[in-house]
Amino acid sequence: MKKFAWFLTLAAVLAMALSACGAPAATEAPAATEAPITTEAAATEAPATEAAPAEPFRVAVVMPSAINDLAFSQSMYDALMRIQEEMGGPEAFEVVYSENMFVVDDAAAAIRDYASQGYDLVIAHGSQYGSSLQEIAPDFPETSFAWGTTADTFGQPNIFAYEAASQEGGYVNGVLAATLSTSGVIGVVGPIEVGDAKLYVDGFKAGVAATKPDAVVNVNYIGSFSDVALASEAATTHISAGADVLTGTAQMVVGAIGKAEESGALWFGTQSNQTSLAPSIVVASQVYHWEVALHEMLALIEAGTLGGQSFKANLANGGEVIEFNPDYALPDDAKAQADAAIQGIIDGTITIALP
Amino acid sequence: MRQRLETLFDALLPVLATLAALAVGALMLLILKVNPITAYAALWDGAFGSVNSFAETLVKATPLLLVALGICISFRGDVINIGGEGQMIVGAVTATWVGLTFTDAPGWLVITLALFAGFLGGALWGGIPGALKARFNVNEILSTVMMNAIAVQLMNFLLRGPMIDPSQAQLASKIPQTARLLDAFHLARLVPTRLHLGALIAVILAILVYILLWRTVLGYRIRAVGQSPFASRYAGIKTPQYMALALLLSGAFAGLAGAIQVYGVNYRMITDGSASGFTGAAGFNGIVAALFGQLHPLWSIPASILFGALLVGANKMQRVVQIPSALITVMNGLVVVFVVSSEIWRRRRQRRRLTQTPEAETPSKQDQPEIGKEARQ
Amino acid sequence: MISELLSATVLIGILASGIRLATPYLYAAIGETFGQKSGVLNLGVEGQMLLGSFAAFYVAFNTGSLWLGLLAAILVGAAMGLAMAYVTVNLRAQQGISGIGFYLFGLGMSELLFQILMGTVETAQGFPKVYIPGLSDIPGIGEIFFSQNVLVYGAFLLVPLSSFVLNKTTLGLKIRAVGENPDAADSLGVSVARIRYFTIILGGALSGIAGASLSIALLNVFQQNMTSGLGFIAVALVYFGGWKPLGVLWGALLFSMVNSLQLWIQVLGIPIPSDIAVMMPYVLTILVLIASVSRVRSPSALSKPFERES
Repeated sequence: MKKFAWFLTLAAVLAMALSACGAPAATEAPAATEAPITTEAAATEAPATEAAPAEPFRVAVVMPSAINDLAFSQSMYDALMRIQEEMGGPEAFEVVYSENMFVVDDAAAAIRDYASQGYDLVIAHGSQYGSSLQEIAPDFPETSFAWGTTADTFGQPNIFAYEAASQEGGYVNGVLAATLSTSGVIGVVGPIEVGDAKLYVDGFKAGVAATKPDAVVNVNYIGSFSDVALASEAATTHISAGADVLTGTAQMVVGAIGKAEESGALWFGTQSNQTSLAPSIVVASQVYHWEVALHEMLALIEAGTLGGQSFKANLANGGEVIEFNPDYALPDDAKAQADAAIQGIIDGTITIALP
Repeated sequence: MRQRLETLFDALLPVLATLAALAVGALMLLILKVNPITAYAALWDGAFGSVNSFAETLVKATPLLLVALGICISFRGDVINIGGEGQMIVGAVTATWVGLTFTDAPGWLVITLALFAGFLGGALWGGIPGALKARFNVNEILSTVMMNAIAVQLMNFLLRGPMIDPSQAQLASKIPQTARLLDAFHLARLVPTRLHLGALIAVILAILVYILLWRTVLGYRIRAVGQSPFASRYAGIKTPQYMALALLLSGAFAGLAGAIQVYGVNYRMITDGSASGFTGAAGFNGIVAALFGQLHPLWSIPASILFGALLVGANKMQRVVQIPSALITVMNGLVVVFVVSSEIWRRRRQRRRLTQTPEAETPSKQDQPEIGKEARQ
Repeated sequence: MISELLSATVLIGILASGIRLATPYLYAAIGETFGQKSGVLNLGVEGQMLLGSFAAFYVAFNTGSLWLGLLAAILVGAAMGLAMAYVTVNLRAQQGISGIGFYLFGLGMSELLFQILMGTVETAQGFPKVYIPGLSDIPGIGEIFFSQNVLVYGAFLLVPLSSFVLNKTTLGLKIRAVGENPDAADSLGVSVARIRYFTIILGGALSGIAGASLSIALLNVFQQNMTSGLGFIAVALVYFGGWKPLGVLWGALLFSMVNSLQLWIQVLGIPIPSDIAVMMPYVLTILVLIASVSRVRSPSALSKPFERES
């Protein structure tokens, strides 16, 4: 028991020592700790009515991977950067981010912290963050939250939901892939069979089936968002199995694109424009333009509505764009087919059946 | 008196080493054109600045401590368990299953059963490598690394299949998560923060593990095996069985950590396809916490808090000064290397003390095994 | 569909891809074998690989020279090894845990440098395939064994080479002595510290090459955290191989080929849930080890810091 008493004393001393060395640092830097508090006061009344030019609109975004992953997270970061440019730079539209927040619990802490610092809009850019957001949002009724990708606002007045109809771009890519494939075998490299990846792959399969019913689509989920080597080997496997057109989703496909290029197979990208990785073989990429949904949200926030609505990024509203690679000589009839598919999806004559 | 001062110095050594690592981190911050004082003020603020942030630190420290307790047992028994991630996952899965199945039972009963189920799930995932080691001489580093990967895929399979949230099962997007646990099944919160009963459970268990290791025959045997497998075999202890048992218990505590994460923090299981998305890498970081605490269950308490504070504070720092998250990882690595390197001073003084007073009593910390040394079989 | 698994295309595919996938494991695991043979457990392999991987890509991308890239990976890996050696030999720090520290350092540092120096994912031309004249034309065999890039050949040549060094040379004898009985080695005048410095730095350099084999030979791209646990598998393979380079080779091939098999199972549409398929290499590695009931003993002084009795 004596030992334990010792231990307790030491723990106390330890805590004191910690506060002793921390205290001076904390006082020297009031900027960090106090700044958010002052703006919080301003922010609570600012967004709706005043829109004073001196006060920037402040956005915080929490993302599961890195801002330059050339996939999901980058699509959101790029969109915010485009809006920032339109609005006239960081003075008018401030963006802060937390990247690589793959630990759901850490992301929750980040979301709560940004909200308490008075950011006008806190974006939780990952379907796995929904659960946390559902708990946090009611504590900050003056803050607007956005959650993607989903259609669920939990019925809360300060949560916007946004999602991409990634099956639509998947469908168009599928139509093109089926048209351009000569072997009739097409390979898909995916991470895990869920969420955005599953939607895209299902849409892609539907597009192929509608164009060339006898074409075979081989799908490979490698069980990881980060294993570049396995993604690359999956691509090689597809090519050995006869595939001459490949596609894939999530950040680890950068390994697969290289393999496609080596063997001259074509590649279709999604989430971000992947042309730069292999200009000779990337035919087209489905790119998310989240700014379409974000603009609507910003307008609503400006008008005093902090949430409760859900937005879809799709081909019709320009939230999804098929970006063709200008360096790839796409045959005119294939381009026409793709355009017809896009038009069909937009005006509703094509409906994509998902399993 | 001098000896007490030295003991104090020993106790503060990890803190001093952490500060030294942060000093190196300051240089990197300067290179990135960030004011280190602003940054570290934010780190402090995020970890201890308010009741809420201190609560967050404790929430982070809870799974670290639970995993660390298991690590104390296994490393003392000379088995290296790096399967904490997988054991946490399996414990969480079994615990979640209880909560989703027995929805009519009273809350206290479900929570008790669920935590016990988590304990058992982790014990299973730790027990398999343990049995493989005892029976087939399969090295535990190999098997626990593999079992981690298997657990992740098992989780992905269950959460997008049999255990998926019924409301998600109907949607096209199919977020891989289980249904939310009923409110009655949540672990009580202690103050109006996220701090939950699990923290208290962990501290109580730390005391129990201390008693187990130093006041029971079982604990004595586990430590004897760890210190000298040869001698303990001559003394009639079945070495392989005790190693397997140490690994099983170690897994059980990690499993409990997983269960408590679900019932105290997340209220459901959700996967992003990786282990750390759910565990927050506590299965790994718990090893670090245990070694910061010199493989002593009670010392592991402040060690977990220190390491938890660092993790929570560093995230806050990232948000305030907007540095790449990678820098945080670098600094964590530096802290681990610095702390583990600083141990040499403690050992040196200990040796000096021993040579000065040969009959000095052997404090509990001195009988650490040579961690990780393989049993000769 | 099951019968399709036995077709020539699939078998050749599995073997060829198994050999490619085994390459990084071989470099890293043989490097680790040297370390463990001398009594040092290094869990930081993953971090060394990531930094090596980035260094190789960055240098090759900017200078256009793959060999300079490889050299950079070797130097970076060796530097990490040097730091690890100082911490574990001079400061006698607990080895497993310092390895985890170096892993975190490498993981973070490679990401940080990537973000600062490159900013976005780029692709580069990697080491081209080298077709061994004559042999590469043999149907099947040629594609599997004789149409790979130079780093793949290097990995397989490393196996007999390291076996020879460990078993037939004085250096190997000293390494084994230091790992088995450092006190005896020390009393015979072998410098325990020097030998361990050598093996840890060598291990680091080889891990660096393992990283380079990904970024400038097999994948030709650098992405954050792209090794994704590969370094830890490499450490596990050392145990699988019973501290013998040849054993490591079998382990690496088994693991990689089963991994390739599960890719084929999915591609051929055999109805197994993808997650379960992905589990296969991990499960099988354990099962094979059980079946082989190895009685190999680890180096006696493994992970024990050496302190001269005074």
